[in-house]
Formats: sequence, structure tokens, C-alpha cells
Amino acid sequence: MATREEIVDRCQELYDDLNFTSARAWKDAEAGRHVIGFMPMYVPREIIHAAGMLPLGILGGGDQLEVIQGDAYYQSYICRIPRSTIELLLTERLNFVDGMLFPSICDVIRNLSGMWKLLRPDVYAHYFDVPQNYLRDVGGEFYIHELNVLKEGLEKISGRKVTDEALKNSITLYNENRKLTRELYKFRAEKPWLAPSSEIYLINRAGMLIPVEDHNVLIRDYINAAREEDRPKRDNSRVVLSGSFCEQPPLNLIKSIEMAGCYVVDDDYMLVNRWFTKEVPTDCDPMEALSYTFLEASVKMPSCFEPNEDIKGQFLVDTVRENGAEGVIFAAASFCDPALLERPILQDVLNLAEIPHVSFKYSENTGQMQPIREQAGTFADSIKLWS
Amino acid sequence: MKCFIGIDLGSTTTKAVVMNEEREIIGRGITNSRSNYDTASAVAKQEAMIDTRFTLLRNNLDGNEKLRNNQDVFLNDLERNFRREQFVEQLDDLQTTCLRNAEGDRFDDVRSTLTEVLAGVFDKLRHESLALYAKGATRKSDFFRDIAGGRFLTLSEETSREAGINYDFALNVYDKSIIEVENRPPAGNLEKKFLDGLRHLTEESPELGITFEDVQDPVTRALAVELEETFVVGTGYGRVRLPFPKEHIRSEILCHGLGAHMMYPRTRTVLDIGGQDTKSIQVDRNGVVDNFQMNDRCAAGCGRYLGYIADEMNMGLHELGPIAMKSTKAVKINSTCTVFAGAELRDRLALGEKREDILAGLHRSIILRAMSIIARSGGISDQFTFTGGVAKNEAAVKALRELVKENYGDVTINIDPDSIYTGALGGSEFARRAVMEA
Amino acid sequence: MSAPIRKPSTDVQKDASMAKQKAMIDSNFDRLGNVKNSGEKVSYTFVPGNLNELVMCFDMVGNYPEINAIQNGLRKTSGGMIMEAEKWGHSEDVCTYVKADIGMMRKGNIGPTGQPIPEPDILMLSYTGCYTFLKWFELLRHDYKCETAMLHVPYTGDGVITKSMIDYVVKQLKEEVIPKYEKVSGVKFDIDRLRQNLAYSAQAEDDFVWVLESAKNKPSPIDAYFGGIYYIGPIFTAFRGTDLAVDYYKTLRTEIEERIRKGQGPITPEGEMKNEKYRIVTEGPPNYTSMREFWKMFYDEGAVVVASTYTKVGGTYDFGFRHDPSRPLESLAEYCLNCYTNRNLPERTRMLESYINNYEADGLLINSIKSCNSFAAGELMMMREVEKRTGKPAAFVETDLVDPRYFSAANVKNRLESYFQMIDQKRRAGV
Repeated sequence: MATREEIVDRCQELYDDLNFTSARAWKDAEAGRHVIGFMPMYVPREIIHAAGMLPLGILGGGDQLEVIQGDAYYQSYICRIPRSTIELLLTERLNFVDGMLFPSICDVIRNLSGMWKLLRPDVYAHYFDVPQNYLRDVGGEFYIHELNVLKEGLEKISGRKVTDEALKNSITLYNENRKLTRELYKFRAEKPWLAPSSEIYLINRAGMLIPVEDHNVLIRDYINAAREEDRPKRDNSRVVLSGSFCEQPPLNLIKSIEMAGCYVVDDDYMLVNRWFTKEVPTDCDPMEALSYTFLEASVKMPSCFEPNEDIKGQFLVDTVRENGAEGVIFAAASFCDPALLERPILQDVLNLAEIPHVSFKYSENTGQMQPIREQAGTFADSIKLWS
Repeated sequence: MKCFIGIDLGSTTTKAVVMNEEREIIGRGITNSRSNYDTASAVAKQEAMIDTRFTLLRNNLDGNEKLRNNQDVFLNDLERNFRREQFVEQLDDLQTTCLRNAEGDRFDDVRSTLTEVLAGVFDKLRHESLALYAKGATRKSDFFRDIAGGRFLTLSEETSREAGINYDFALNVYDKSIIEVENRPPAGNLEKKFLDGLRHLTEESPELGITFEDVQDPVTRALAVELEETFVVGTGYGRVRLPFPKEHIRSEILCHGLGAHMMYPRTRTVLDIGGQDTKSIQVDRNGVVDNFQMNDRCAAGCGRYLGYIADEMNMGLHELGPIAMKSTKAVKINSTCTVFAGAELRDRLALGEKREDILAGLHRSIILRAMSIIARSGGISDQFTFTGGVAKNEAAVKALRELVKENYGDVTINIDPDSIYTGALGGSEFARRAVMEA
Repeated sequence: MSAPIRKPSTDVQKDASMAKQKAMIDSNFDRLGNVKNSGEKVSYTFVPGNLNELVMCFDMVGNYPEINAIQNGLRKTSGGMIMEAEKWGHSEDVCTYVKADIGMMRKGNIGPTGQPIPEPDILMLSYTGCYTFLKWFELLRHDYKCETAMLHVPYTGDGVITKSMIDYVVKQLKEEVIPKYEKVSGVKFDIDRLRQNLAYSAQAEDDFVWVLESAKNKPSPIDAYFGGIYYIGPIFTAFRGTDLAVDYYKTLRTEIEERIRKGQGPITPEGEMKNEKYRIVTEGPPNYTSMREFWKMFYDEGAVVVASTYTKVGGTYDFGFRHDPSRPLESLAEYCLNCYTNRNLPERTRMLESYINNYEADGLLINSIKSCNSFAAGELMMMREVEKRTGKPAAFVETDLVDPRYFSAANVKNRLESYFQMIDQKRRAGV
């Protein structure tokens, strides 16, 4: 079995590779293989997998990509992830991708789907809509239709039908992946000194890049290896991080928060790998299963309407309580509409629950960590003073 | 003779170009823009007219036996001496103005001492001007405020202390007076300054073997030519408040495009990085603008970004480029935001990165922004001309060459040492066309 | 060239339609201000995807937070409201319509006309073409704790309206929207009443489209952006589906017919614009805090806007869509799906291209709005495409809707003048 360091090193290598070498290798290994890129939030990776394709999470260009052409397409008041994603496209780093999915996370990513169509008219680019109405016969039905539109789009690329059996098999694999991811989070929440956030993060990012089968093994191996280790426990405060579900902070920022004295015990980075809070059933029609689970067991996040005002924002209080956290760090990407517009409501809910919080903004290429270290450090200290 | 004048009112400097009927550039002038655009225009124009006199003189001296080998030396020396005369003239003006500004009640107790202090200071300044404008001496700026200001403050502090009065008095009258003087174009007799300068030159440089009488005639003739301001075209960032009637104003985009075309007729893309904005202009083979894009609201990628960095590092703007050139490995600067760049810079310094490497990274970062604007305007297809104040910065030029090559392959890159005059040149051609091709 | 003769700028020119329009908009504020006495129930909603014909079936009065923000912008009071909202923790990065609205609420909810804006009985969250709407009404609901009806209008990401989309919207109308309105208002839904309202809409829409297309004349009798903003007022808000709107667009049409007959240009705040020199298509909303100043930069140079996408934000009618009494709910669904920002970028690009060609425009001007990513994200891409397809030059300026901090007059003027002069120079060079 690989050691923890070896696993983390491999994930770091995957994370650093802006050419997606491993996904390219996967595609080249067999004729007729296809890769489908997807942007943050949620896409049903099960359908892509069932179509025999590799779902590839595109989470921007990070802090190592020099953006030139991408800036030519975006005004300064728009977040960074679309510009670095365009840069990846125009520098041919995504030329092996056979299709791109743009979830309904915000207007910027939504419009990026149209830009893709204009820039690469020959490549499948699809805005993937999810329902904001959660009744089975209303939103559910619409969503089943959307899932089938996606399935048919993929079938056109591969030239093969996606069978129900394949879908059920894929659902099982992703159920396992979500279960393992939850385990990983639970493990970190219990013993954060054994599972630093930067490592958990890298494990998750690897899941965006490699086949789910491999990732399932990887998570398991990591937990087993990490559990056995003896690492120094620090006198850190326990916090939940909220607002980083789309544009990702640089790894240095994630490390900085921990170094500043905060154990992150829950977060909302790339929610796709733990979107459902329960298993997707495999004993019924798979599209219905995916649709109804979406309606009834999705995580709460700002791009989805909350029909019930009484529980608006409550999820954040719940995760704080469940994970024994002492406060919340709102870390939102600059110009991120969903995160920044949601924030005042969440802050209000936290205030009512008397949970302390602090806020800052970042971008995926934020270079200066000092202010963030200072804020997170002061927050950690003040939590200790209050408690 | 007919003079067609283009004036480019930039955010930091104002430039003027004089063109003759034959489409030749015969004069150039530059001054700092100040808060008063009328004065800036007037001064730049006056400077360009003085330069025109020098051009005329040069023409008159062509073939002059006495100057066969020394013509350039002579003309440079003459200009230097002329500048000194001009400097002294402005010093006199500043002294008079200071005295006038010391007339208020609050100076009653100290007036006589202050007057003595000022007299002493200005005497020293006049004396220093000899060394300041001596052969081979360099000056940190061509602008009066820059040259006189620093020395005035140092000298008046010393002298005030010695005289036992508070330094604030001198400081106060200076602050008021320098603005007044700056906003008054030098008014003295041009011919006198030329001739005084010439006289001083012949005394100072006997080795040239030139007597006053040897060149008096060509100088007098050059001064006698009537320079007619046939048509003036104004352009520049401050155009909204340009002191010209509407039909005398052309957009800076058109002027830059045309100016670059005149300097390098095969130019198809022009990048101008000035203090307040960055523009990328596409021109056709006739210098007609096809497309342009300017930086957005964000100031990153403008000259001001470098100014801000210089302030942050407590350095002069002109020192940045040379230091950055010493870098062997540019640090990647991520913050495209001017304000954040300062924070990132301090962070990097604290991490022990080398100053030159950080500065090289900053220069690359400003050019990266420019590359995006170029891409917005349609990219680079043929000859590419780089203009504006930042084109004088060697580290910026180096980064630009690298990035142009990376993105557009081998294209000819034109950079004229006088590229700061591009807009004014285009303006002068528009002025010429307005009259000659109307 | 002789300068156009103008009246002094203090004496703003208004014609009959304009007075009528103003009276209509004001009357809605009166109605809102008077609900304490009238007992009318209040429904808040957005301009894109607004269901005015339906709301009227429940005898409710409509409040449009976007319109309040615009009116406060025009009256130059929005800046303080935005800062008020920022004081309450709203980020400087986000939409200033939202912040102007929330700021107004925090400052006591006095509307732009000085009359109070009543609290909502229902928030009609028509989630059409703008992500921010979703958060906006969640924010309002968080404060008002009132009934909220969500209508999810799917984005036409692939450029087509599908039957599934229409069915989805219709079902939401039936199962979510109408039941909630019945509950809040106590009025039973009457589909025939809706049909009557839709018939009025269709009638007004015919005249409205005629007005927009009158700009194909040379000179254009209207300015389809700055003037267009006034023309869309009634049909984009509380008056679509009323006989008042039918009447307004008839009056407007008659006025414009007269202008065409006389060969007159558009009416600007300083009188008729003579010497049409440049015909421009615009993309993006205007700036409201300095609208007069912004407009002046156009008419001073002889530039007229002949077509704009902004006047399609509350409904796109010039490609054939009309509300249809014979398919009441379906046509409401189609209306919502059709709104400009609910269209994908290739479709928006095609629209701009067709405007440049059909209105014989000299070029495209994009006013990129800091607040509005729905419009702005991708505009630079569209600009390139339109330039490539039409061969006409485009220009790009940046401002904001109602945040005065984001209007730099010198900057905008500089670019506009450069742009107009470039068109002029190209013309002279015969390019």
C-alpha cells in the first residue's frame, strides 16, 4: 500500500499539471474513449461515466497559470475562474476534451457556455440546468428531461447507447465515492491534525481528474494510511469554511488558514463529490433516481433556491454543531455573486445562533497570504477568548 | 513660415510637435502637465517653438566652415546655455513671486529676515545654476519645479535656521509661489536668452575656437524668421478640458495611430502605455484607425502602476527598469490589481525574494495586461509599434518582446526613443492636412 | 457644419407621449403609496419575466424594485442607498440594483417619488435570465418573511425554447404561482380575465414593435436606447396588459409617424437632434445616474442609437413573439423564456448582427455594466464576433447602472469621441 506521502505527492502532481496529462493518458489508452469537462457545482457524473467517458472537473487555472488571452475576454469586475478557463481552452490545454458542461451556478459560468459555443463550434458545449422547483411532477419531470438531453448528447459523441444497467453501475460507484468522501470529511473533523485540509483538498481535487474507480481506492488508502500516523496535535480553533464552491482558493491559502491556527472541519470546496446527502437508489429507474435525489437530498448552497424560509441558512449552523466547530470563515472569490449575495443572510443566521464568523475574499491566484493569515489568526485567537 | 502644431496633453506630460509644409518635424517640446492645461499647452508649444529655432539655426549653420567638426557640440552647448538663461529667468520670477507672497500680515514679524533668507537662497541657486548647467553635468529632470524645488527646500532650511526663523515661512511662500511660476509660461525675451547663452558659451568654451561674431549672424537670422502658428490640433487624455475649440481637437486614438504610421509606415498595431491609460490601436496601411481598445476602469497595466510600485519601494520611477534588468528569474506576480500588487510586493520581500526579481515580475505583469488589451483589439498581424512613457523603460520593453514573441511569433517591433511624441506628431499632421488638404 | 439649434438645457423638451408615460409611472407609485387606504395587496416582481397580466387577475398592485432603483438613480439618490446596504454587510462587488433596493428599505422604504413603498404580500421571484434575482428576493424574504412564489424559467442554453421548458414553466404557474396568488389575494383565478389582459398586451406590443422599428428610417425619428428607455416603461412594468398601455403606444406611434413625415430626428433633452451622423447599435443597460450626460455625449456628436438590446430585456417582441390570449399560460411561459438575457450568447450575437445589418448601423457600442454579469460576462466575445461578421467597428465603455462611483465621464467621453471620430475617419478614407 502506498504511504500517505506517496498518495499526497501523486495528488499534488495531478493538481499541478495544467496539461491534464493523466486524463489525456486515460483517453489515449483505448480507442474510442472520450473526456467530458465540467465546471463547478454539480453535474451527474454517473451519466458521463455510464457513457464510458471520463468526467473531468475543470476548476480554473489556479495560481500558476499566466492569463493573457482570458483577460481579453473579461472585464476586471468579473471573477477569475472563467478567464483562466478560457486561457486553458485557447492555449490548447483542453484540446483533448470532447465536451464541456456548464452547470447553472451563476450568470458568468452560464454565459461561458455560449462563449464555448462561439469559440469552439465543433465541440459539444452544454449548459446543464438543474431545477429550482423541487416538486417531483414539476421540477422533477423537467430535470429528468434535462438528464435525458445530456445522455443523448453524450450518446451522439460516443455513438453508443447508455443502458440503464450501466447507469445503475455508475450510480453505485459514485455512491461509494460520495460515501468515502463523507468518511474522509468525518475523519478530518474527528482528527484534523492527522488530516490537514491541504491534503484532504488534494485528495478531492484528484477525484476531479482520475476515474472514480481509482479515486475510491485512493481515498480509502489515504484514510488508512493517515489514521495510522502519529502527527502533532496543535491547539487550533475549529472552523467551518463557507463560500468557496466555485473558484478555488490557491493551495497556499488553504495551508495558510491552518497555519494561522484554524482546523477546518468542514468546507464547501467542489461540492460535486458530496452533493447528495444520501445514496442514490439503484432499485428504480436511474434517471428518476438521480432526479428525485437531486430534489430531495442535495446539499444546500447559494445557487439553489431555498423554498423554505424557516430553514434558510440552517445547514451552516447544523454543520458547525455536528462537526464541533467554533466559528465560520466566509471565504468567497472576489466578484462571486452567489457567495457574496448569500453571505449577509448566512451571517444573520449565524448571529442568531451566536456563532462567530469572519469574512474575506480571494481569487484563485491570490498572491499575498499575510492579510489572510492575520485575519484567520486573529479569528482563531478571538474564538479561544470567547469560549 | 507656416507651422503646423500638434499638442498632446497627457496625464503626466504635455508634448508638442511642430511640422512644416514639407511634412518635416522641425520642433518638439515637452513639459509636465500640472493642474493647468492651458499653461501646459502653452509651455509645450513654446518649447517646441524654441526647438524649431534650434532646427532653423542648425540649417543655417550647415556648411559653416568654422563649425565643420563641432556643429553638434556647439548646438548642444548653446542649448545648454540657453536653458541656463531660462532657468535663471524663472529663478528671478520665483524670487519676485516669493517676496510678493510674503507681504501678508502673518509675515510682519519676520519679513525682513525672510527677505534676507530668500535673497541668500536665490543667490546661491543662481550661483549653483552654473554648475547645474556646466558642460557634462546631468540634471535629474528638465522641468523647473523638479530642478529648483529640492535645492530651494534644502537651502532655505539651512538659511532659515542660521537666521533664526522658522523654516515654515520659507516653505509656505515657496509652496504658493512655485504654483504661480509654474503656471506662467516663461515670458522673457527669447532673442536675449539666445544671445546671452551664446555669449556665455563662447567664454566658457574657448577650445571650440568660435567667437560670438562667428555665429551671431546665423543665430540672428534663425531668430528673425517669423514662425506662424498656422493650425494647432490638440489631443490627449485631458481632451475633455482641452483649451482648444472643437474643430481643433482630434481623438488621441486617431493621433496615435497616425503618428505611429508616420514613424513606421508599415505599422499595423500600436500599443501605447501612458500614465493613465493603455491603448491598443489597429491601423491600416494609410494610418487610418481600424479598431482600438483601451484598458478598463482598472489602472493595472498603465504607467501609474509602475509609479505606485516606485512609491511603495521608495524609489524613483526611472530606477525601476534598470534594477529589474538585473533579474535572472522573474517572480510571478499574481495581483493584477494595483493596490494589491503593493501588498504582494511587501509579502514577497518579506519572504526574501530579490528586489530585482520582484520588479522584473511586476514589469511582466504590466505587459501581460497590455497583451490582453492587444488581444481585445484584434492581436498583432504585422509590424508592431510600442509608444508612450513606458516604452522608455527597458525592463518593460524586454517583457514585451518576450511576450509578443510567445504569442505572435517573430514580428517587427518598432520602438522610437522619441515615441512619447507620437500623439503630438499625429496631431501636427492632422493640423497640416486641415490647412494643406482642406 | 452648423451646430444643431437647441433650446437652453434647463428647458427639457417633452412631447405628449412622454407626459403620458410619466403620468402612468407616477400613478403606480401613487397606488403603491396609497395601499394603506385602498387595502390593495402588493406584489413585488422583476422586469424580465414579469407576469403583469397574471398579477392583475388577482387585483394586486405591482412593485418593481428594479424600477425603484432606476428612478432613484435618475434622481441621484441611489448612491447613498448603495452605501447604506454596504454598511449592512453587502459586498462592493455585487449588483447595485440589489443594494439600492436594500438600502432604500433600510432607510425607511420611501420610494423615488417620496411616497412610501409598502411591504410585499408576495414576492414573485421570476427567475428569468438573471441569477441575482434569486438572491435578491431571498434577501427580501429574509427581511419580510412573506410568501414567495418561485418561477424557474430555464435558460435557453442551446439557443432554443423546447416543449419541456414551456411545460415546466406552465406547470409552475399552475401549481406554484397561481395557488399562492389565490391564497394571498383571496381572489379566484379567472382565465378569461387573463385572456383579456393578454389581448391588450398583444395590441400594445404591435405598436411597440412598430415604434422600435421606426429607427430603420433615415434619419431615425427615435433614439432606441436613451429614448427607448422611456418607451419601454409602460410595457415592461405595471401596465402591460392594460388598455392604458394600448393607448400610450398608439399615441407614441402617431407622434413618431408625424416625425417621420417631417423627416425629423429624435427628441433629446435639448430638443430635436439634427444632422444624424452616426447610427449605432447598443448592447447593455444604460447608466442611470448620469444618463443626461451620457446621452449628451451621443447627440452632441450627431450619434443616434437605432437599435438596442436593453429594450428587449423585459421581453423580445421584434422577432415575432406576441402574448396570445388563445394560449394564455403557454404564451406567458414563452414570453419569459424569450427575454433577452435568457438567450444564450450565440443568439444574442445573432440579434446584434441582425440589428447592425437591418438598421444600417455604423457600428456597435457596448456599455458594459459592472453590476450585471448576466449582460456583461461574454460581451467582449460578442463584440469580436459582431465585428468579424459585420465588418463594422465596435467600441467598449464601462459604467454601472445606479452606482455613481462607476461613472467616469471623462473616460467614457474620451472613448466615445475616439470611436465616432474613427468611424468618421474610416468613412473619409472610403474604408
